[in-house]
Amino acid sequence: MSKKIRILIAKPGLDGHDRGAKYVARALKDAGYEVIYTGIRQTPEAIVKTAIQEDVDFIGLSLLSGAHNELFPKVVELLRSRNAGDIIVLGGGVIPEADIPGLKEKGIQAVFTPGTPIRDIIAFIESVKR
Amino acid sequence: MQNEERFQQHRKEWENATLKKVTDRFPERKTEFKTSSWLPAERVDIPESGDFEAFSEKIGFPGEYPFTRGVQPTMYRGRFWTMRQYAGFGTAEESNQRYKYLLKEGQTGLSVAFDLPTQIGYDSDNPIAEGEVGKVGVAIDSMQDMEVLFDGIPLDRVSTSMTINAPAAILLAMYIALAEKQGIVADQLTGTIQNDILKEYMARGTYIFPPKPSLRLITNIFEYCSKSVPKWNTISISGYHIREAGSTAVQEIAFTLADGIEYVKAAVNAGLDVDSFAGRLSFFFNAHNDLLEEIAKFRAARRIWAKVMKEKFQAQKSKSMMLRFHTQTGGSTLTAQQPDNNIVRVTIQTLAAVLGGTQSLHTNSRDEALGLPTEESVRIALRTQQIVAHESGVTNTIDPLAGSFTIERLTDTIEEQVWQYLNKIEAIGGMVRAIENGYVQKEIQDAAYRYQQEIESGERIIVGVNKFTIQENPPTDILKVDPQLRKRQIAKLAAVKQQRNSEVVAQKLAELRRIAQNSEQNLMPPILAAVKEYATLGEICNILREEFGEYRESIVL
Repeated sequence: MSKKIRILIAKPGLDGHDRGAKYVARALKDAGYEVIYTGIRQTPEAIVKTAIQEDVDFIGLSLLSGAHNELFPKVVELLRSRNAGDIIVLGGGVIPEADIPGLKEKGIQAVFTPGTPIRDIIAFIESVKR
Repeated sequence: MQNEERFQQHRKEWENATLKKVTDRFPERKTEFKTSSWLPAERVDIPESGDFEAFSEKIGFPGEYPFTRGVQPTMYRGRFWTMRQYAGFGTAEESNQRYKYLLKEGQTGLSVAFDLPTQIGYDSDNPIAEGEVGKVGVAIDSMQDMEVLFDGIPLDRVSTSMTINAPAAILLAMYIALAEKQGIVADQLTGTIQNDILKEYMARGTYIFPPKPSLRLITNIFEYCSKSVPKWNTISISGYHIREAGSTAVQEIAFTLADGIEYVKAAVNAGLDVDSFAGRLSFFFNAHNDLLEEIAKFRAARRIWAKVMKEKFQAQKSKSMMLRFHTQTGGSTLTAQQPDNNIVRVTIQTLAAVLGGTQSLHTNSRDEALGLPTEESVRIALRTQQIVAHESGVTNTIDPLAGSFTIERLTDTIEEQVWQYLNKIEAIGGMVRAIENGYVQKEIQDAAYRYQQEIESGERIIVGVNKFTIQENPPTDILKVDPQLRKRQIAKLAAVKQQRNSEVVAQKLAELRRIAQNSEQNLMPPILAAVKEYATLGEICNILREEFGEYRESIVL
């Protein structure tokens, strides 16, 4: 049997809107993945540290304050600098459509905005898992 | 028969005492109220037959215990609710312009949104503030930013609500100091600070200190304001964010009132007389789409709080038993898909708030699921309130849905279920314990999960999201905050630090530390003294962090 996929759901930045992050975490757990949730107000450094320690395959970043353009790419950069660039980074939250191409260019592989059904996230994970 | 006589007697007493006392001082907006086609609109309708005793006890008359029908005897016939749009973004200059625009468009009170670093007690130059400065509100580092924020706005002529919690004492102190500069005495100031830390732990997330010193700060504010800023609402006990986090309507009321009980207990334990501060407690609720449930929710909340204050805390003054509240329409009900549909949702929610007897209202803009609202969207949101106020007619008769079988049943059911929660929380040992052990968060999360699962399965329909969907182009006109803003704000902060008398600042901060160490003393005076010397928000919070420690979230999944 292959190893279960491990996913870190993380809240970078300072906003406390964790309803979406907690929902996704719980729904992914129900779908059979191993899920770790960081809690709110995590720095990119702390998120990357947890991701490496926990040996995760995916990081799902949730942010609703508008700081995504600064903080999402920072997580990817830090992962790469620590030889963990193979961890797949996803984003979610209130992210304007116009910002999504820029985020993808910087290594965020998918962005799921409000209203996305959970099956779309699962389908994405299944399509790119190693 | 005897029953009916007693009821008629009660009605006369209400008219001659409660009502007359208000109308003598504040006449109603019109001498006669009529429907759109000139039928008479009664001030308040009462039953012609039935169980009068039960009616008096549960529903009664507006402005009278248990306040089911509203806290004032004339309600919107006297004056409309305060139309108060929450706003703030970028720098103090930009927010100041938005406030002036809103006042010009007929808004009647200000509501300040602060950015997250400000709300969590960090200056803009703190590395943790990266990406966040000016994003969800205005950045305030020192008194200087406050001076710009309220430039040209006389503080004795507006009422200002500030959504600030952990550092509420500091922002209030800056506001008082600014008023002083404008030549206005603090006892003339009207407004509200949110100052509700318990809901931050369970739902909103901008906490700094652990519960005990946080409750001390709150109690200190109650005490200071009861003497020096008597017209200020010292707290806005908030269910809004609990609901946004996914709670049910019952949980929203139950957890908010449980927080309220905790604050009253803390203040009474600190030696304050309940009637000296309870009249300045205010509440803040959400308005969602289920119109009848929401109306019943507001009515039930008033009735329960009145009972809590009268029976549990033995309040004597009628004012201490009144649940006065602000409402915001439900942010989480807005959809990013077909955003114009949100105007309709907000209209329903506005009706819920008004039929529920709100004292002030913020209506969300249609584009808030996408980003910061544009000026045009904000105007439509404000116009929605104005249309309900001036055109819908629901403001002519007080609590017009009272006596409806459905509304009264829902009101009773909500009340009953809220009491079950309040008893349960009491058994756990109060709200602080119930948050620390994760009970409250788990209750909210279970409701949020169930709700979302219903959307996923299609059992719950969200128009434009899981039904009636269309292909649409991404919106183009989204308001963006300048990414260079943080640099400018940091430069301003550096200039302030250069210009102030750093020796005096150090003295004031040392004095603050000394008082923080003595839990018997009030923190407001040393905070006020420090902000006047342009000590920054971050400097003051750092002293308190060192003395009080920081709260750590208990993660519940």
